[in-house]
Amino acid sequence: MTNLSDFTPNEMMTIAAARVLSNDDVCFVGIGAPSAACNVARLTHAPDITLIYESGTIGTAPNVLPLSIGDGELCETAVTTVSVPEMFRYWLQGGRISIGFLGAAQLDRFGNINTTVIGDYHKPKVRLPGGGGAPEIATSCRQVFITMKQATRGMVEKIDFYTSFGHGEGGNHRERLGITTKGPTLLITDLAIWKPDPETKEFTVVSMHRGVTRDRVQETCGWKVRFSDSLEETPPPSELELTTLRELQARTERAHGGKKGK
Amino acid sequence: MAKLQSLKEAVAENLRDGDTVAFEGFTHLIPHAAAHEVIRQGIKDLTLIRMTPDIIYDQMIGMGLVKKVIFSYAGNPGVGLLRRMRDAIENSWPRAIETIEHSHAAMANAYEAGASGLPCAVFRGYRGAGLKEVNPAIRSITCPFTGEELAAVPAHRPDVAVIHAQKANRRGDVLVEGIIGVQKEAVLASKRSVVTVEEIVDDFDDLHPNLCVLPHWTITSIAHVPGGAHPSYTHGYYDRDNAAYLEWDKISADRELFTAWMKENVLEAGPEVFAARVKGL
Repeated sequence: MTNLSDFTPNEMMTIAAARVLSNDDVCFVGIGAPSAACNVARLTHAPDITLIYESGTIGTAPNVLPLSIGDGELCETAVTTVSVPEMFRYWLQGGRISIGFLGAAQLDRFGNINTTVIGDYHKPKVRLPGGGGAPEIATSCRQVFITMKQATRGMVEKIDFYTSFGHGEGGNHRERLGITTKGPTLLITDLAIWKPDPETKEFTVVSMHRGVTRDRVQETCGWKVRFSDSLEETPPPSELELTTLRELQARTERAHGGKKGK
Repeated sequence: MAKLQSLKEAVAENLRDGDTVAFEGFTHLIPHAAAHEVIRQGIKDLTLIRMTPDIIYDQMIGMGLVKKVIFSYAGNPGVGLLRRMRDAIENSWPRAIETIEHSHAAMANAYEAGASGLPCAVFRGYRGAGLKEVNPAIRSITCPFTGEELAAVPAHRPDVAVIHAQKANRRGDVLVEGIIGVQKEAVLASKRSVVTVEEIVDDFDDLHPNLCVLPHWTITSIAHVPGGAHPSYTHGYYDRDNAAYLEWDKISADRELFTAWMKENVLEAGPEVFAARVKGL
Protein backbone atom coordinates (compact mmCIF):
# COMPACT_ATOMS: atom_id res chain seq x y z
CA MET A 1 0.00 0.00 0.00
CA THR A 2 1.18 3.47 -0.79
CA ASN A 3 1.55 5.59 2.31
CA LEU A 4 -0.07 8.83 1.22
CA SER A 5 0.94 10.94 4.19
CA ASP A 6 4.54 10.08 3.58
CA PHE A 7 5.37 11.66 0.22
CA THR A 8 8.65 13.53 -0.21
CA PRO A 9 9.02 17.15 -1.41
CA ASN A 10 10.61 15.80 -4.60
CA GLU A 11 7.63 13.54 -5.26
CA MET A 12 5.29 16.47 -4.70
CA MET A 13 7.32 18.57 -7.15
CA THR A 14 7.19 15.91 -9.85
CA ILE A 15 3.48 15.26 -9.37
CA ALA A 16 2.56 18.96 -9.29
CA ALA A 17 4.46 19.36 -12.57
CA ALA A 18 2.74 16.31 -14.09
CA ARG A 19 -0.69 17.78 -13.29
CA VAL A 20 -0.24 20.87 -15.45
CA LEU A 21 0.30 18.81 -18.61
CA SER A 22 -2.59 17.76 -20.83
CA ASN A 23 -3.37 15.35 -23.66
CA ASP A 24 -3.12 18.15 -26.23
CA ASP A 25 0.38 19.20 -25.24
CA VAL A 26 3.45 18.66 -27.35
CA CYS A 27 6.20 18.76 -24.79
CA PHE A 28 9.97 19.15 -25.29
CA VAL A 29 11.37 17.19 -22.35
CA GLY A 30 14.61 17.68 -20.45
CA ILE A 31 16.27 14.92 -18.41
CA GLY A 32 15.67 14.58 -14.66
CA ALA A 33 12.60 15.99 -12.93
CA PRO A 34 10.99 17.21 -16.20
CA SER A 35 11.25 13.73 -17.69
CA ALA A 36 9.69 12.10 -14.62
CA ALA A 37 6.85 14.65 -14.57
CA CYS A 38 6.05 14.25 -18.26
CA ASN A 39 5.94 10.47 -18.02
CA VAL A 40 3.80 10.50 -14.87
CA ALA A 41 1.35 12.72 -16.77
CA ARG A 42 1.38 10.28 -19.69
CA LEU A 43 0.79 7.31 -17.37
CA THR A 44 -2.09 8.99 -15.47
CA HIS A 45 -4.37 11.72 -16.85
CA ALA A 46 -2.70 12.53 -20.19
CA PRO A 47 -2.13 9.27 -22.10
CA ASP A 48 -2.13 11.07 -25.46
CA ILE A 49 0.45 13.73 -24.59
CA THR A 50 3.25 13.99 -27.17
CA LEU A 51 6.69 13.79 -25.57
CA ILE A 52 9.67 14.89 -27.61
CA TYR A 53 13.32 14.50 -26.60
CA GLU A 54 15.95 16.56 -28.40
CA SER A 55 17.67 13.43 -29.75
CA GLY A 56 14.93 13.44 -32.39
CA THR A 57 12.39 11.07 -30.85
CA ILE A 58 8.83 12.31 -31.37
CA GLY A 59 5.84 10.85 -29.52
CA THR A 60 7.92 8.59 -27.32
CA ALA A 61 6.47 6.41 -24.53
CA PRO A 62 9.30 4.87 -22.51
CA ASN A 63 8.50 2.22 -19.92
CA VAL A 64 11.37 3.47 -17.75
CA LEU A 65 12.91 6.93 -17.40
CA PRO A 66 15.81 7.43 -19.79
CA LEU A 67 19.26 8.05 -18.29
CA SER A 68 20.17 10.24 -21.27
CA ILE A 69 18.13 12.14 -23.85
CA GLY A 70 19.17 9.54 -26.44
CA ASP A 71 18.41 6.20 -24.77
CA GLY A 72 17.39 3.45 -27.18
CA GLU A 73 13.96 2.98 -25.65
CA LEU A 74 12.98 6.53 -26.60
CA CYS A 75 13.54 5.64 -30.23
CA GLU A 76 11.96 2.19 -30.01
CA THR A 77 8.70 3.58 -28.58
CA ALA A 78 8.55 6.80 -30.64
CA VAL A 79 6.06 7.51 -33.42
CA THR A 80 9.04 8.66 -35.49
CA THR A 81 12.69 9.54 -34.98
CA VAL A 82 14.12 12.45 -36.96
CA SER A 83 17.62 13.87 -37.32
CA VAL A 84 18.81 16.49 -34.88
CA PRO A 85 18.88 19.31 -37.49
CA GLU A 86 15.30 18.45 -38.42
CA MET A 87 14.32 18.41 -34.74
CA PHE A 88 15.63 21.91 -34.16
CA ARG A 89 14.55 23.39 -37.51
CA TYR A 90 11.14 21.95 -38.35
CA TRP A 91 9.77 20.95 -34.98
CA LEU A 92 11.21 23.46 -32.48
CA GLN A 93 11.89 26.52 -34.63
CA GLY A 94 8.81 25.69 -36.73
CA GLY A 95 6.61 26.38 -33.70
CA ARG A 96 5.24 22.85 -33.22
CA ILE A 97 6.08 22.59 -29.51
CA SER A 98 3.57 23.85 -26.93
CA ILE A 99 5.65 23.38 -23.78
CA GLY A 100 9.37 23.38 -23.14
CA PHE A 101 10.25 21.84 -19.81
CA LEU A 102 13.55 23.06 -18.34
CA GLY A 103 15.59 22.59 -15.19
CA ALA A 104 18.15 25.10 -13.94
CA ALA A 105 21.41 25.31 -12.00
CA GLN A 106 20.76 29.01 -11.32
CA LEU A 107 17.42 30.79 -11.73
CA ASP A 108 16.39 34.37 -11.09
CA ARG A 109 12.99 35.86 -10.24
CA PHE A 110 12.24 36.51 -13.91
CA GLY A 111 12.80 32.93 -15.03
CA ASN A 112 16.20 33.52 -16.62
CA ILE A 113 18.28 30.35 -16.41
CA ASN A 114 22.00 29.65 -16.08
CA THR A 115 23.41 26.17 -16.74
CA THR A 116 26.70 27.41 -18.24
CA VAL A 117 29.17 28.69 -15.62
CA ILE A 118 29.39 29.76 -12.00
CA GLY A 119 31.59 32.84 -11.89
CA ASP A 120 33.05 34.69 -14.86
CA TYR A 121 32.57 32.99 -18.24
CA HIS A 122 36.23 33.28 -19.21
CA LYS A 123 37.59 32.33 -15.78
CA PRO A 124 34.83 30.13 -14.36
CA LYS A 125 34.75 28.97 -10.77
CA VAL A 126 32.70 26.00 -11.98
CA ARG A 127 32.26 25.06 -15.61
CA LEU A 128 28.77 23.54 -15.96
CA PRO A 129 27.69 21.48 -19.02
CA GLY A 130 26.18 24.44 -20.88
CA GLY A 131 22.92 25.14 -22.63
CA GLY A 132 22.43 22.30 -25.10
CA GLY A 133 19.00 22.90 -26.58
CA ALA A 134 17.85 25.34 -23.90
CA PRO A 135 18.57 28.76 -25.52
CA GLU A 136 16.14 28.03 -28.36
CA ILE A 137 13.72 25.91 -26.30
CA ALA A 138 13.28 29.00 -24.10
CA THR A 139 12.28 31.19 -27.04
CA SER A 140 10.66 28.82 -29.58
CA CYS A 141 8.27 26.77 -27.42
CA ARG A 142 4.93 28.51 -26.92
CA GLN A 143 5.53 28.50 -23.18
CA VAL A 144 8.17 27.26 -20.75
CA PHE A 145 7.74 25.42 -17.47
CA ILE A 146 10.67 25.31 -15.06
CA THR A 147 11.17 22.79 -12.32
CA MET A 148 13.91 22.79 -9.66
CA LYS A 149 14.56 22.14 -6.00
CA GLN A 150 14.68 25.30 -3.93
CA ALA A 151 18.06 26.36 -2.52
CA THR A 152 19.68 29.76 -2.07
CA ARG A 153 22.59 28.77 -4.29
CA GLY A 154 20.18 27.93 -7.11
CA MET A 155 17.49 30.59 -6.78
CA VAL A 156 19.59 33.73 -6.88
CA GLU A 157 19.22 37.49 -7.07
CA LYS A 158 21.41 37.63 -10.16
CA ILE A 159 22.44 34.71 -12.35
CA ASP A 160 26.08 34.51 -13.50
CA PHE A 161 25.24 33.81 -17.14
CA TYR A 162 22.13 34.06 -19.34
CA THR A 163 22.09 30.54 -20.78
CA SER A 164 18.44 30.89 -21.68
CA PHE A 165 16.26 33.95 -21.60
CA GLY A 166 13.16 34.07 -19.43
CA HIS A 167 11.60 37.47 -18.95
CA GLY A 168 14.96 39.29 -18.86
CA GLU A 169 14.59 42.34 -16.65
CA GLY A 170 10.83 41.78 -16.48
CA GLY A 171 7.86 43.54 -18.04
CA ASN A 172 7.83 43.36 -21.83
CA HIS A 173 11.54 42.56 -22.23
CA ARG A 174 10.79 39.53 -24.43
CA GLU A 175 8.71 41.60 -26.84
CA ARG A 176 11.47 44.20 -27.03
CA LEU A 177 13.85 41.49 -28.23
CA GLY A 178 11.39 40.31 -30.88
CA ILE A 179 10.50 37.13 -29.01
CA THR A 180 6.86 36.24 -29.68
CA THR A 181 6.42 33.25 -27.36
CA LYS A 182 5.22 33.50 -23.73
CA GLY A 183 8.38 32.28 -21.99
CA PRO A 184 8.31 30.94 -18.44
CA THR A 185 4.69 30.74 -17.27
CA LEU A 186 5.17 28.32 -14.39
CA LEU A 187 7.84 27.41 -11.84
CA ILE A 188 7.32 24.25 -9.84
CA THR A 189 9.63 23.58 -6.92
CA ASP A 190 9.74 21.04 -4.13
CA LEU A 191 8.00 23.60 -1.91
CA ALA A 192 5.64 25.65 -4.06
CA ILE A 193 4.08 26.57 -7.39
CA TRP A 194 5.01 30.00 -8.78
CA LYS A 195 3.54 32.05 -11.63
CA PRO A 196 4.84 35.29 -13.14
CA ASP A 197 3.03 38.50 -12.21
CA PRO A 198 1.04 39.53 -15.30
CA GLU A 199 2.74 42.98 -15.41
CA THR A 200 6.20 42.73 -13.85
CA LYS A 201 6.71 39.03 -14.81
CA GLU A 202 8.31 38.39 -11.44
CA PHE A 203 7.62 34.86 -10.17
CA THR A 204 5.03 34.92 -7.37
CA VAL A 205 4.11 31.99 -5.12
CA VAL A 206 0.53 30.99 -5.89
CA SER A 207 0.41 27.66 -4.06
CA MET A 208 2.48 26.04 -1.32
CA HIS A 209 2.73 22.30 -0.90
CA ARG A 210 1.22 20.74 2.25
CA GLY A 211 3.25 21.42 5.39
CA VAL A 212 5.39 24.17 3.79
CA THR A 213 5.62 27.56 5.49
CA ARG A 214 6.26 31.00 3.98
CA ASP A 215 9.48 31.14 6.00
CA ARG A 216 10.69 27.88 4.49
CA VAL A 217 10.03 29.19 0.96
CA GLN A 218 11.92 32.40 1.76
CA GLU A 219 14.86 30.67 3.49
CA THR A 220 15.55 28.58 0.40
CA CYS A 221 15.27 31.41 -2.09
CA GLY A 222 17.90 34.06 -2.77
CA TRP A 223 15.50 36.88 -3.65
CA LYS A 224 12.71 38.48 -1.61
CA VAL A 225 9.74 36.24 -2.26
CA ARG A 226 6.35 37.64 -3.24
CA PHE A 227 3.30 35.62 -2.26
CA SER A 228 -0.04 35.82 -4.04
CA ASP A 229 -2.95 37.44 -2.15
CA SER A 230 -4.95 34.30 -2.88
CA LEU A 231 -2.34 31.77 -1.80
CA GLU A 232 -3.52 28.17 -2.06
CA GLU A 233 -2.36 24.79 -0.78
CA THR A 234 -1.25 22.33 -3.47
CA PRO A 235 -3.45 19.23 -3.21
CA PRO A 236 -1.27 16.36 -1.97
CA PRO A 237 -0.52 13.46 -4.33
CA SER A 238 -3.36 11.05 -4.96
CA GLU A 239 -2.78 7.35 -4.53
CA LEU A 240 -2.74 6.89 -8.32
CA GLU A 241 -0.18 9.68 -8.83
CA LEU A 242 2.15 8.50 -6.10
CA THR A 243 1.92 4.83 -7.04
CA THR A 244 2.53 5.66 -10.70
CA LEU A 245 5.62 7.74 -9.88
CA ARG A 246 7.07 5.20 -7.47
CA GLU A 247 6.52 2.29 -9.84
CA LEU A 248 8.10 4.26 -12.68
CA GLN A 249 11.13 4.99 -10.52
CA ALA A 250 11.40 1.39 -9.33
CA ARG A 251 11.27 0.13 -12.95
CA THR A 252 13.89 2.71 -13.88
CA GLU A 253 16.16 1.63 -11.03
CA ARG A 254 15.90 -2.03 -12.03
CA ALA A 255 16.53 -1.27 -15.69
CA HIS A 256 19.56 0.97 -15.23
CA GLY A 257 21.01 -0.74 -12.15
CA GLY A 258 21.23 -4.19 -13.72
CA LYS A 259 23.60 -3.31 -16.57
CA LYS A 260 27.18 -4.45 -16.39
CA GLY A 261 29.98 -1.95 -16.07
CA LYS A 262 33.65 -1.88 -17.00
CA MET B 1 35.27 5.77 -52.98
CA ALA B 2 35.17 4.07 -49.61
CA LYS B 3 38.15 1.92 -48.70
CA LEU B 4 37.56 -1.02 -46.41
CA GLN B 5 40.60 -1.10 -44.15
CA SER B 6 41.76 -1.64 -40.58
CA LEU B 7 40.92 1.07 -38.05
CA LYS B 8 44.62 1.72 -37.60
CA GLU B 9 45.08 2.37 -41.32
CA ALA B 10 41.86 4.37 -41.61
CA VAL B 11 42.89 6.75 -38.82
CA ALA B 12 46.52 7.02 -39.99
CA GLU B 13 45.46 7.87 -43.56
CA ASN B 14 42.78 10.41 -42.71
CA LEU B 15 43.75 12.32 -39.57
CA ARG B 16 46.72 14.66 -39.25
CA ASP B 17 48.10 16.84 -36.48
CA GLY B 18 46.24 20.15 -36.42
CA ASP B 19 43.12 18.85 -38.19
CA THR B 20 39.58 19.91 -37.41
CA VAL B 21 37.66 16.74 -36.66
CA ALA B 22 34.00 16.07 -35.87
CA PHE B 23 33.30 12.85 -33.97
CA GLU B 24 29.50 12.64 -33.97
CA GLY B 25 26.80 10.45 -32.49
CA PHE B 26 24.01 11.91 -30.35
CA THR B 27 24.21 9.65 -27.25
CA HIS B 28 23.78 6.76 -29.70
CA LEU B 29 26.55 5.43 -32.02
CA ILE B 30 29.40 7.40 -30.46
CA PRO B 31 32.66 6.34 -32.18
CA HIS B 32 34.63 5.32 -29.09
CA ALA B 33 36.90 2.79 -30.79
CA ALA B 34 37.94 5.32 -33.44
CA ALA B 35 38.65 7.98 -30.79
CA HIS B 36 40.82 5.48 -28.89
CA GLU B 37 42.76 4.76 -32.08
CA VAL B 38 43.40 8.51 -32.51
CA ILE B 39 44.67 8.61 -28.91
CA ARG B 40 46.97 5.62 -29.53
CA GLN B 41 48.40 7.28 -32.63
CA GLY B 42 48.92 10.49 -30.62
CA ILE B 43 47.42 12.75 -33.29
CA LYS B 44 47.59 16.17 -31.68
CA ASP B 45 46.69 19.89 -31.78
CA LEU B 46 43.21 18.87 -32.85
CA THR B 47 40.24 21.18 -33.12
CA LEU B 48 37.31 19.02 -32.13
CA ILE B 49 33.73 19.74 -33.13
CA ARG B 50 30.93 17.89 -31.39
CA MET B 51 27.46 18.82 -30.16
CA THR B 52 27.82 16.83 -26.96
CA PRO B 53 31.46 16.29 -26.00
CA ASP B 54 31.20 13.37 -23.64
CA ILE B 55 33.56 10.65 -22.56
CA ILE B 56 35.56 10.51 -25.82
CA TYR B 57 36.38 14.22 -25.77
CA ASP B 58 37.05 14.04 -22.04
CA GLN B 59 39.61 11.32 -22.86
CA MET B 60 41.22 13.13 -25.81
CA ILE B 61 41.40 16.39 -23.83
CA GLY B 62 42.81 14.62 -20.79
CA MET B 63 45.50 13.04 -22.98
CA GLY B 64 46.56 16.50 -24.17
CA LEU B 65 45.67 16.05 -27.87
CA VAL B 66 43.23 18.93 -28.13
CA LYS B 67 43.77 22.66 -28.63
CA LYS B 68 40.20 23.76 -29.29
CA VAL B 69 36.68 22.40 -28.76
CA ILE B 70 33.58 23.67 -30.56
CA PHE B 71 30.54 22.34 -28.72
CA SER B 72 27.04 22.92 -27.36
CA TYR B 73 26.75 20.68 -24.28
CA ALA B 74 29.72 19.39 -22.33
CA GLY B 75 28.35 16.81 -19.94
CA ASN B 76 28.46 13.11 -19.13
CA PRO B 77 24.90 12.35 -20.28
CA GLY B 78 22.65 11.41 -17.39
CA VAL B 79 25.55 11.57 -14.94
CA GLY B 80 26.99 15.07 -14.62
CA LEU B 81 30.03 17.06 -15.58
CA LEU B 82 33.04 16.25 -17.74
CA ARG B 83 35.87 16.32 -15.25
CA ARG B 84 38.86 16.18 -17.62
CA MET B 85 37.41 18.94 -19.80
CA ARG B 86 36.72 21.03 -16.70
CA ASP B 87 40.26 20.46 -15.46
CA ALA B 88 41.60 21.73 -18.80
CA ILE B 89 39.32 24.80 -18.79
CA GLU B 90 39.69 25.65 -15.11
CA ASN B 91 43.34 24.60 -14.50
CA SER B 92 44.91 24.17 -17.97
CA TRP B 93 45.69 20.48 -17.22
CA PRO B 94 47.36 18.90 -19.12
CA ARG B 95 47.22 21.96 -21.39
CA ALA B 96 44.98 24.96 -21.86
CA ILE B 97 42.19 24.52 -24.38
CA GLU B 98 40.22 27.09 -26.28
CA THR B 99 36.46 26.63 -26.29
CA ILE B 100 33.89 27.94 -28.73
CA GLU B 101 30.43 27.40 -27.37
CA HIS B 102 27.12 27.28 -29.21
CA SER B 103 23.58 26.04 -28.63
CA HIS B 104 22.42 22.69 -30.05
CA ALA B 105 20.29 24.53 -32.62
CA ALA B 106 23.33 26.49 -33.83
CA MET B 107 25.54 23.40 -34.06
CA ALA B 108 22.89 21.37 -35.91
CA ASN B 109 22.30 24.26 -38.30
CA ALA B 110 26.05 24.73 -38.82
CA TYR B 111 26.47 21.08 -39.83
CA GLU B 112 23.50 21.33 -42.16
CA ALA B 113 24.97 24.48 -43.74
CA GLY B 114 28.30 22.68 -44.17
CA ALA B 115 26.60 19.72 -45.84
CA SER B 116 24.65 22.18 -48.03
CA GLY B 117 27.81 23.92 -49.19
CA LEU B 118 26.75 27.21 -47.63
CA PRO B 119 29.15 29.59 -45.85
CA CYS B 120 26.84 30.11 -42.88
CA ALA B 121 23.69 28.92 -41.19
CA VAL B 122 20.70 31.18 -40.60
CA PHE B 123 18.14 30.42 -37.93
CA ARG B 124 15.89 32.00 -35.31
CA GLY B 125 18.00 31.66 -32.22
CA TYR B 126 20.15 33.07 -29.41
CA ARG B 127 17.55 35.72 -28.56
CA GLY B 128 18.50 37.10 -25.16
CA ALA B 129 21.18 34.43 -24.77
CA GLY B 130 24.52 35.19 -23.10
CA LEU B 131 26.54 33.13 -25.60
CA LYS B 132 26.15 35.98 -28.10
CA GLU B 133 28.30 38.15 -25.82
CA VAL B 134 31.14 35.63 -25.43
CA ASN B 135 31.28 33.94 -28.84
CA PRO B 136 32.20 36.37 -31.65
CA ALA B 137 31.17 33.73 -34.23
CA ILE B 138 27.54 34.36 -33.33
CA ARG B 139 26.31 37.19 -35.54
CA SER B 140 22.99 38.33 -36.92
CA ILE B 141 21.52 38.78 -40.37
CA THR B 142 18.42 40.63 -41.50
CA CYS B 143 15.87 38.80 -43.63
CA PRO B 144 15.73 40.75 -46.94
CA PHE B 145 12.02 39.96 -47.30
CA THR B 146 10.53 40.51 -43.84
CA GLY B 147 13.21 42.51 -42.02
CA GLU B 148 13.32 39.91 -39.23
CA GLU B 149 16.67 39.74 -37.48
CA LEU B 150 17.97 36.17 -37.42
CA ALA B 151 21.05 34.48 -35.96
CA ALA B 152 23.95 33.48 -38.23
CA VAL B 153 26.87 31.18 -37.43
CA PRO B 154 29.67 29.90 -39.71
CA ALA B 155 29.07 26.54 -41.37
CA HIS B 156 31.00 23.57 -39.98
CA ARG B 157 33.50 22.33 -42.58
CA PRO B 158 35.65 19.76 -40.74
CA ASP B 159 38.67 18.13 -42.31
CA VAL B 160 37.38 14.77 -41.10
CA ALA B 161 34.10 13.36 -39.80
CA VAL B 162 34.29 10.22 -37.67
CA ILE B 163 31.11 8.21 -37.03
CA HIS B 164 30.01 4.72 -36.02
CA ALA B 165 27.18 2.97 -37.88
CA GLN B 166 25.26 -0.30 -37.95
CA LYS B 167 26.54 -1.71 -41.20
CA ALA B 168 28.26 -1.26 -44.50
CA ASN B 169 27.91 -3.35 -47.61
CA ARG B 170 30.82 -4.61 -49.69
CA ARG B 171 30.66 -1.56 -51.94
CA GLY B 172 31.05 0.72 -48.91
CA ASP B 173 27.53 2.15 -48.62
CA VAL B 174 26.80 2.84 -44.95
CA LEU B 175 23.50 2.42 -43.05
CA VAL B 176 22.79 4.54 -39.97
CA GLU B 177 19.51 3.93 -38.12
CA GLY B 178 17.79 4.67 -34.81
CA ILE B 179 18.72 8.04 -33.32
CA ILE B 180 20.61 9.36 -36.33
CA GLY B 181 21.74 12.65 -34.78
CA VAL B 182 23.83 14.78 -37.13
CA GLN B 183 25.94 11.98 -38.60
CA LYS B 184 24.76 12.39 -42.18
CA GLU B 185 25.33 16.15 -42.08
CA ALA B 186 28.74 15.74 -40.42
CA VAL B 187 29.94 13.34 -43.12
CA LEU B 188 28.61 15.47 -45.97
CA ALA B 189 30.11 18.64 -44.44
CA SER B 190 33.60 17.12 -44.14
CA LYS B 191 36.43 16.72 -46.62
CA ARG B 192 37.11 13.14 -45.50
CA SER B 193 35.24 10.61 -43.37
CA VAL B 194 36.04 7.56 -41.29
CA VAL B 195 33.22 5.16 -40.42
CA THR B 196 33.41 2.20 -38.05
CA VAL B 197 30.63 -0.40 -38.43
CA GLU B 198 29.24 -3.32 -36.46
CA GLU B 199 28.89 -5.50 -39.49
CA ILE B 200 29.79 -5.75 -43.17
CA VAL B 201 27.13 -7.41 -45.36
CA ASP B 202 27.05 -8.36 -49.04
CA ASP B 203 24.31 -5.98 -50.09
CA PHE B 204 21.50 -3.69 -48.84
CA ASP B 205 18.74 -5.21 -51.00
CA ASP B 206 16.39 -5.75 -48.06
CA LEU B 207 16.42 -2.18 -46.69
CA HIS B 208 13.40 0.13 -46.64
CA PRO B 209 13.79 2.84 -49.26
CA ASN B 210 13.95 5.88 -46.97
CA LEU B 211 16.56 4.74 -44.51
CA CYS B 212 19.61 6.90 -43.84
CA VAL B 213 22.23 5.50 -46.19
CA LEU B 214 25.45 7.31 -46.99
CA PRO B 215 26.52 6.17 -50.47
CA HIS B 216 30.04 4.72 -50.75
CA TRP B 217 31.30 7.70 -52.74
CA THR B 218 30.65 10.04 -49.76
CA ILE B 219 32.84 7.96 -47.40
CA THR B 220 36.64 7.80 -47.35
CA SER B 221 37.39 4.85 -45.06
CA ILE B 222 35.38 2.10 -43.40
CA ALA B 223 36.67 -0.15 -40.62
CA HIS B 224 34.86 -3.17 -39.22
CA VAL B 225 34.86 -2.74 -35.41
CA PRO B 226 32.13 -4.75 -33.63
CA GLY B 227 31.21 -3.05 -30.35
CA GLY B 228 32.99 0.11 -31.51
CA ALA B 229 30.46 2.45 -29.90
CA HIS B 230 30.82 1.03 -26.36
CA PRO B 231 29.87 2.32 -23.76
CA SER B 232 27.47 4.15 -26.08
CA TYR B 233 25.15 1.78 -27.93
CA THR B 234 24.24 0.55 -31.37
CA HIS B 235 20.51 0.25 -32.00
CA GLY B 236 19.73 -3.34 -32.96
CA TYR B 237 23.05 -4.67 -31.62
CA TYR B 238 23.65 -3.78 -27.96
CA ASP B 239 22.38 -1.44 -25.23
CA ARG B 240 24.05 1.51 -23.60
CA ASP B 241 26.43 0.54 -20.78
CA ASN B 242 25.02 3.00 -18.26
CA ALA B 243 27.21 1.65 -15.47
CA ALA B 244 30.34 2.51 -17.48
CA TYR B 245 29.16 6.11 -17.78
CA LEU B 246 28.64 6.24 -14.01
CA GLU B 247 32.07 4.72 -13.46
CA TRP B 248 33.69 7.29 -15.77
CA ASP B 249 32.63 9.95 -13.29
CA LYS B 250 34.95 8.35 -10.72
CA ILE B 251 37.81 7.52 -13.09
CA SER B 252 37.88 11.02 -14.55
CA ALA B 253 37.73 12.71 -11.13
CA ASP B 254 41.39 11.94 -10.44
CA ARG B 255 44.33 12.70 -12.76
CA GLU B 256 46.35 9.63 -11.75
CA LEU B 257 43.42 7.26 -11.90
CA PHE B 258 42.55 8.68 -15.32
CA THR B 259 46.11 8.27 -16.62
CA ALA B 260 46.33 4.68 -15.37
CA TRP B 261 42.93 3.81 -16.85
CA MET B 262 43.87 5.26 -20.24
CA LYS B 263 47.14 3.32 -20.27
CA GLU B 264 45.47 0.01 -19.48
CA ASN B 265 42.27 0.36 -21.51
CA VAL B 266 43.31 2.50 -24.46
CA LEU B 267 47.07 2.81 -25.01
CA GLU B 268 47.76 -0.87 -24.38
CA ALA B 269 44.56 -2.15 -25.99
CA GLY B 270 43.33 -2.34 -29.58
CA PRO B 271 40.01 -2.09 -31.42
CA GLU B 272 39.45 -5.83 -31.04
CA VAL B 273 38.67 -5.44 -27.30
CA PHE B 274 35.37 -3.68 -28.04
CA ALA B 275 33.51 -6.83 -29.14
CA ALA B 276 34.02 -8.38 -25.70
CA ARG B 277 32.97 -5.18 -23.93
CA VAL B 278 29.45 -5.32 -25.40
CA LYS B 279 28.81 -9.02 -24.69
CA GLY B 280 25.76 -9.28 -22.44
CA LEU B 281 24.57 -5.72 -23.09
